[in-house]
Amino acid sequence: MAPPVNRRTGYSRRAQYSTFAAYVVGVLGVLGGGALLASSVLGHVSFGWLHDAAADVQAPAARVGAQARAGAGNVVDVASGFFVSGAQNAKLRREVELARARAVEMQAVQDENRRLKAALQLAGSEPTPVASAWLIGSSASSTRRYATISAGSAQGVAPGMPVRTPQGLVGRVLEVGHGAARILLVTDTESTVPVRRASDGTPAFINGRGDGTLQVRLLSLGLNPLKVGDVFVTSGAGGLYWPGTPMAMVQALTHDGAIARPLSDPAASEIVTVQPSWEPTADPTLPPPAPDVPPPPPRKPKPAKGSKAKAGNKAPSAASDKPAHP
Amino acid sequence: MNAQRLILEAAKPVARRFSAPSPFVAYLTPWLAIVLASFVPLWPLIASAPLMPPFGYLMLLAWRQLHPGLLPVWAGAVLGLFDDMVSGQPMGSAIFLWSVTMLALDVIEARFPWRNFLTEWVVAAGMIALYILADAGLANAAGGHTPVIVTVPQMVLSALVYPLVGRMVATLDRWRLKRFRNVA
Repeated sequence: MAPPVNRRTGYSRRAQYSTFAAYVVGVLGVLGGGALLASSVLGHVSFGWLHDAAADVQAPAARVGAQARAGAGNVVDVASGFFVSGAQNAKLRREVELARARAVEMQAVQDENRRLKAALQLAGSEPTPVASAWLIGSSASSTRRYATISAGSAQGVAPGMPVRTPQGLVGRVLEVGHGAARILLVTDTESTVPVRRASDGTPAFINGRGDGTLQVRLLSLGLNPLKVGDVFVTSGAGGLYWPGTPMAMVQALTHDGAIARPLSDPAASEIVTVQPSWEPTADPTLPPPAPDVPPPPPRKPKPAKGSKAKAGNKAPSAASDKPAHP
Repeated sequence: MNAQRLILEAAKPVARRFSAPSPFVAYLTPWLAIVLASFVPLWPLIASAPLMPPFGYLMLLAWRQLHPGLLPVWAGAVLGLFDDMVSGQPMGSAIFLWSVTMLALDVIEARFPWRNFLTEWVVAAGMIALYILADAGLANAAGGHTPVIVTVPQMVLSALVYPLVGRMVATLDRWRLKRFRNVA
C-alpha cells in the first residue's frame, strides 16, 4: 500500500502556494458544479449541445461496436438453445400449423380492410420512416433511461420523432446532433405514452418505472378489467406517437392498473426506425380545427378566497381600462 | 576500440533518458483511464435497468486510493465534466459529486491514516452507495420518478466490482511507470 500523501510542504513557498491553490480550485469545483447542477435541475437550462457533441464524437466507434454486437448475437441464447432445442422444435411445429391457418384468415381480413378503407377514402396510416439507425449506447449506470442512436440531423431526425423496432415502440428523440441523437426510452420514468388495449381499445397511459418494466395506468376508474397477457398499442392521442404501434404486454396486475413488459426490449434490439411525428390533424378526412377561442379566465383555487380575489382583481382591471379611454 | 567506447560514453545520457518512464504517459494515464471508464454508457450495451456500476467514479476512487496525491484535488471537477456529458444525469451532478468526493477522501485519509484492503474497500463502498443515492436523488429532482429501491442492485454490484477495478488500476499503474528502453 502506498503511504498517505505528505501534506507538509516545508519551507518552499512555491509548494505551499501550489497546495493551497489546488484546494482553492477543488472547493471552487464543488461550488461551480453545484451552481451548474442547480441551473440544470431548477432552471431547466439545456446542456443538450454537450451531450450531442460527445455522442457525435463517439458515434463512429460505437457503431462498429453495435455491428459487432449484432453479428455475435446473444451467446447465452445460443448456448441455452442447445439444451431445449428438441422440445422447442415440437412446440414450434404445432405453432406453425396454427399460424398457417391464422395467416390465411388474416389475409382475408386484410383484403377486406383494404377494400373498406378504399371505400371510405382513408389514407394509409403507415408512415414512411425518416431513417433507420443503430442503437449505439445507453445511460446504463444512471437511473434515467436514455439511449443514443447513430442518426442525427444529417439524416433528417428531429426532436420528438418516435423511435421503434419491428417489435414495438422504443422511445422518442430528445436531442439531435449532426450524426447521432439521444432518445428517451419508454422505460424512463419521465416517458408517458397514451395507449389502448389492442383487443377492445380500453384507453390507458403507460409510464416507465426505471427498472425495465412499465406502469399501465387506466383512464377510467373502477373495476380493473386488465388480464395478464393483454397487449397495449399506442393510441396516437395527443400526437407524437403513431397509432397502432405495439407497445407492452401486461405481466402483473396492480390495484389500479398493471405492470407491463415492453414488447421491444431496447437491450435486445440493434436497429431501430425513426418515424416522423404523428400529427392527428394532418388527416385530410378530419374536419378542420375549431377557430381560436380566447382562453377562459384563470380559475380561482378556493371558493372561500375566490370572492376576495375577484374583488381585488376587478379594481386593477378597471384601473387599466381607464387610461385607455381618453 | 577507443572510438566505440567514446560513442558508448556519449550515448549514456541518451540511454538514461530513454530508459526512464515517459512523464507524458505517467501523468496522463490516470486521466485518460477515468475518462474512458466514464464513456462506458457509449459502449454498445443497451440497459433497460440501472445495473451498470458507475465505472468512471469507481476508477476515480481507485486511482485516488492507490496513489493519493497523483490526481490533484481539483481533478474531480474536470473529470466530472466528461462524465456528465454521457451519463444521462443532470449536467453538473458529476462535477459537484466528484469534487466533493476528492475533498471527502482527503478528510477521511487525514482522520484514518492507516490503510489496508478492508478499510479501503469499506470506505469506497460507502462512497459508492452515497454517490448512487445522490445520483438517483438528483435525477429525480430533474424530472424522473425512479424509486430508490431500483438502485440497490447497482450499489451491491458496484461494491463487489470495486476490487476488480482496483486491480485494473494497479495494472495500469505498473504500465504507466514502465521504462521505455530504446537504446541498449
